[in-house]
Amino acid sequence: MARAVSTRRTVVFTIAAWIIALIIFFPILYTIITSFKSETEAIQGFNIVPSGTVESYQAVQAQSNYFKFFLNSVILSLGSTLLALLIAVPAAWSMAFSPTAKTKDILMWMLSTKMMPAVAVLVPIYLLFRDFGLLDSRIGLTVMLTMINLPIVIWMLYTYFREIPGEILEAARMDGASLWGEIVYVLTPMAVPGIASTMLLNIILAWNEAFWTIRLTTTNAAPLTAFIASFSSPQGLFWAKLSAASTLAIAPILIMGWFSQKQLVRGLTFGAVK
Amino acid sequence: MATENTRGLARMMLAPSVGLLLIWMIVPLAMTLWFSFQNYNLLNPANVSWAGLFNYQYFYTDPAFFQSIWNTLLIVGGVLLITVIGGIGIALLLDQPMWGQGIVRIMIISPFFVMPPVAALVWKNMIMHPGYGVLADINRSLGLQPVDWFAQYPLFSIIIIVAWQWLPFATLILLTALQSLDGEQKEAAEMDGAGFVSRFIYLTVPHLSRSITVVILIQTIFLLGVYAEILVTTNGGPGYASTNLPFLIYRTALLGYDVGGASAGGIIAVILANIVAFFLMRAVGKNLDK
Repeated sequence: MARAVSTRRTVVFTIAAWIIALIIFFPILYTIITSFKSETEAIQGFNIVPSGTVESYQAVQAQSNYFKFFLNSVILSLGSTLLALLIAVPAAWSMAFSPTAKTKDILMWMLSTKMMPAVAVLVPIYLLFRDFGLLDSRIGLTVMLTMINLPIVIWMLYTYFREIPGEILEAARMDGASLWGEIVYVLTPMAVPGIASTMLLNIILAWNEAFWTIRLTTTNAAPLTAFIASFSSPQGLFWAKLSAASTLAIAPILIMGWFSQKQLVRGLTFGAVK
Repeated sequence: MATENTRGLARMMLAPSVGLLLIWMIVPLAMTLWFSFQNYNLLNPANVSWAGLFNYQYFYTDPAFFQSIWNTLLIVGGVLLITVIGGIGIALLLDQPMWGQGIVRIMIISPFFVMPPVAALVWKNMIMHPGYGVLADINRSLGLQPVDWFAQYPLFSIIIIVAWQWLPFATLILLTALQSLDGEQKEAAEMDGAGFVSRFIYLTVPHLSRSITVVILIQTIFLLGVYAEILVTTNGGPGYASTNLPFLIYRTALLGYDVGGASAGGIIAVILANIVAFFLMRAVGKNLDK
């Protein structure tokens, strides 16, 4: 009896959850479907079975040099992530393993820099970039993305490093390990998963950043966000092409995102929810 | 065991981060503050003069200013309402036994990874377009007139798009919190004859309250800065109907070339964000003491 009831409940929950999930996922799914339609097919009304043509993908690459924007997205998100890690790992490390009375204040202050609204500094950043010739340059934008994500990177690393037990360090020291040995053989292996998660989340954030990447670029350094935003005033038929470009722009990060669900919660709540 | 040596090393490791963030925080903000008291137009850069509070006055008397503040608050409030209520509902559902939970989860969190311009354009063209959108197709098949969403309900349409992007975030965090709820407590409450509703009110909601606070505060920070979604859909219009504060500042600065006016708007945005930040810092800081 109890068994039958719980099976019926499972069926009801399964159906409800799938309906909601499909509704939420529908815009993405329909974009992927439409990307495999021809332009005339795409505007002929609702239809979830595409003809399977890849002409939109070819057209996107041929007309707009899609690959250049894609490459910029990769360079900017990877570059800014590595640069942020380079600066953040030592900082998070020292705060996690040699905390002082001020550590908490420093962490809170770092977090507070993230609260600054981007528009508030749009004017000075724009003028500084212009004066230093950094507008539409990959270097300028990499630095920009590094700075806006640095607080999150430090915080995330800090919460991971703090979970590494200090006793292990003491044990290693007792065994006569040098500071260098401590870092290379004891701490690093334990820190790698945390660093990898931080990296993953930061790549996602940098890839999708859509204020500075649009405002500070025109052509040379423009990543996919700027490329897609340029589709906002279309000429002629373009539904299928827009879908193809969108699918290509979100696919890599969507897949990475699926693997980083847990880290996402932790990173975006600054460790407040684990 | 912390010797002078290691302490010095620790300070050295921390210095680059602190220094960079300090520069990052002070220099642009000080420039914004300075510009906000200047008559400075990019079309006439040779002619810069002290403006006193004129820019603030100008911004304050601009009818678009109050509308943009109101729109900013409507976007924040509307999206929070949808995502928190929807997030609690979906998280409760996902916490139940079902088939294919992994796939359901993946589908539900996916919108969060879609970059804002893509999300906005997909909704604008594929879903809400009055001629070719799916909603128009549905309306026509029901014999109704298609709705021109961005012309008739511009702000509402933007709220829907942004809510779609943030619903996964709220769901994921609330689900994580829900799964940390002690199973024994739930069982005990069930044994004591507590129904679903009373268990929800007396057990689940208090347990979730902290996560809900975190969701609200973090989303508010991002929602105060909604920009790309407006840029690619309505461009702030019709009129100022969907212009929020960030968009108004962008318009003043880069389309109106008015450095002074935009900077005054920027300072107002900072004040607005600081009010939120104050509460968020307290919530996060409390957690740090544990």
